[in-house]
Amino acid sequence: MSAAIAMPAWRRLPLGLTLGGTIVAIVLVLAVIGPWIVPYEPDAFSMRERLHPPSAAHWFGTDEFGRDVFSRVLAGAHYSLIMGFGATGISLAIGVPLGMVAAFHRGWVDEAIMRGVDLMISIPPVLLGLLILATTEPGVAKTVISVGIVYVPIMTRLSRAVALGLLAEDFVDAARARGDGAIRILWREILPNAWPPIIVETALRITFAILLGSALSFLGLGTQPPASEWGLMIAEGRPFIEEAPWIALAPGLCLCLLLIMVNMVGEGLRDLLDPRLQGRGHG
Amino acid sequence: MVVYLLRRIVAVIGVVWAMTVLVFAIVHLLPGSVAHMILGEFATADAIAALEERLGLNDPLPVQYWRWFSGLLQGDFGMSLTMDRPVGPILFEALGRSAILAGISIVLVAIVGIALGVHSAVHRGSVADHVLTTAQYTLIAIPEFFWCIVVILVFAAWLGWLPATGYTSIADGGVLGWARHLILPVSTLVLGLIAHVSRMTRSSMLEAIESRYVLAARAKGLPERIVLYRHALPNALLPAITVLAIDMGLLIGGIVVVETVFAYPGLGRLLIYAIDNQDLPLMMGGMILVTSVYALSNLVADICYALLNPRIRYGGATA
Repeated sequence: MSAAIAMPAWRRLPLGLTLGGTIVAIVLVLAVIGPWIVPYEPDAFSMRERLHPPSAAHWFGTDEFGRDVFSRVLAGAHYSLIMGFGATGISLAIGVPLGMVAAFHRGWVDEAIMRGVDLMISIPPVLLGLLILATTEPGVAKTVISVGIVYVPIMTRLSRAVALGLLAEDFVDAARARGDGAIRILWREILPNAWPPIIVETALRITFAILLGSALSFLGLGTQPPASEWGLMIAEGRPFIEEAPWIALAPGLCLCLLLIMVNMVGEGLRDLLDPRLQGRGHG
Repeated sequence: MVVYLLRRIVAVIGVVWAMTVLVFAIVHLLPGSVAHMILGEFATADAIAALEERLGLNDPLPVQYWRWFSGLLQGDFGMSLTMDRPVGPILFEALGRSAILAGISIVLVAIVGIALGVHSAVHRGSVADHVLTTAQYTLIAIPEFFWCIVVILVFAAWLGWLPATGYTSIADGGVLGWARHLILPVSTLVLGLIAHVSRMTRSSMLEAIESRYVLAARAKGLPERIVLYRHALPNALLPAITVLAIDMGLLIGGIVVVETVFAYPGLGRLLIYAIDNQDLPLMMGGMILVTSVYALSNLVADICYALLNPRIRYGGATA
C-alpha cells in the first residue's frame, strides 16, 4: 500500500473512473459548444444530398432529408446529458428530502411515504414513464421530469436507510440536546454525512436515466422531431436501416459510448467511495 | 410462512387496486378534456358533447371510476375506441404472445446468467472471468432499441438468415417459422439481463466461497465439487432470485421496445398503439394488466425465495 500512497493522487483513481470521466467530460464540452462548431445546419434539408454514405464532406453521411448526420449527432448530444443529469437531479431533489423526513419522523409520516414508494416500485419503470407521458403533450422537459419521477422511490429508500443509521449516532443526540429542530438536524448533521452512498447511487442512476429517456424518445413519447435527440434519431433511421444504416448507427454508437463511459464513472466512484459494495449491481 | 404469504397476497391486491386509482386519476384529472383528446383539436363542440355523453364523461368522477372498476372486477375492460372490439380479448391475446417472449427470455436469463456467474466466480481471475466481467460492464449499458437495430441489420438485412420483423403462429408457419420469428427478439431481450444476472451471481457466489461455512466444508475434507455446488451455490442462488425479480421490471420495459421494433403483436406494442391512437380504454386496461402481471411475478419470486430460504420457511420472520 505504501507504493500506492507515494503515487500522485490521480494514479490511485481506478482506471475506469479516469477513462470514463475523461470521455464524459469530452462529451460534455462537445454538447455545450456543439451548436457553434457544427459543420452544417443540423435541421437544414438538402434534397440533392439525400442518403449519402459517410464521406469527407459528411463524416456520418446524410439522412433521408439530406441533413448532415454528424451535425445532428453533435447538436443532439446535450439532450442525453440533460436527460441523465436533469432527471437524476429531480429524483435527488425529491427523493432525498422525502427519505430523510421519513427516517426522522418515523410513525405515520414514514408509513405514508414508504407505502407510496412501495407502490411506485411495483410499477415497471418504462410503464411509469409511459403513464406520465401518454396523456400529455410530449417534450424534452416532460421526459426529463417523468424519468426523474420514476427514480424518486429508489432515492427515497436509500436516503431513508442511510439517515436511519446516522440518526442513531451520538452527534445527533448532541444536536437534539442542544435543542436543534428537525430541519436543522437533517440539514446540518445528517445530510453532510449521508452523501457518499447517495453520490454512488446517483452516479449509477445517471446511466439508467439516459437509457430510459432515450428509450421513451425512441418510442415517440419523449423528445419530438425535429430535435436530434439520439434515441429519436435511431427511431427515425430505422426505416432506412438497409439502404442507409449510418443514420441510425452513428447516433446509436455515440449513445452506447456515452452510456458505457457514464456507467464506468459510476462503478469507479462506487469502488472509490464504498468498497463494501464492490461488484454489487443496481436494478 | 402462511402469514407471510397472506401478507404478500394482500400487498399484491393493494398494488393493483392502487394502480387502477392512479391510472384513472392521471387520465381524468389532467388538464384537457378526454373527449377532446380522443377527437383531436379540430373536433366540433357538438361532436365532443356527443362523445362525452356516449362515454358517460359528464357523470361525477367517483361514479365514472366505479363504473370502470366494477367492470374490471368482472373482467370487462370496456370497448376499444379504435378497434370496435371489447378490450379484454384484445389484451389477453396479446398477453399470450408476450408471455411467450417473456417466458423464454426469463428462463434463458436464469439458466445462462447464473451459469456464467458461477463459472466466473469459481474461476476467478481467469481469462474467461475477465472477458465476462468486461462484457457485463458493456452489455448492461447498451440500450435494447439499439441492439434491435444492430441484430436486424446483421442477421436480417446482411446475412438474410432470419426474418426482421413480424410474428407467425405455429398453426400458420409451423414450429420452425414460429421459432425463427422469436430468435431475434428474444436474443435482444436477454443480452443485457444475462449480463446483469451473471454479474450479481458472480458476486454472491464469491461471497459464499469466501464464507466460513465453505471454509468449514473444505476443512472437513469434502471434495471441492461438493463444497462448491452443495454448500456455496444454494446460498448464492438466493440473491439471484431477487435479481431475477428486479429484472422482470426491466424485461417488461424491454418487451415494450422490442415488440415495437420487431412488429411483434404483443402487449407492449399494443400499449404503444393505444397511446399513439389515444385509445384510452385499451391503454388503461393494458397498464392495469401489465402491473398485475408484474406484481404476480414478484409474488412468485417472493414465494420461491421463501421456499428456498430456511430462515423464512421455518421462522416467523417476515421480510
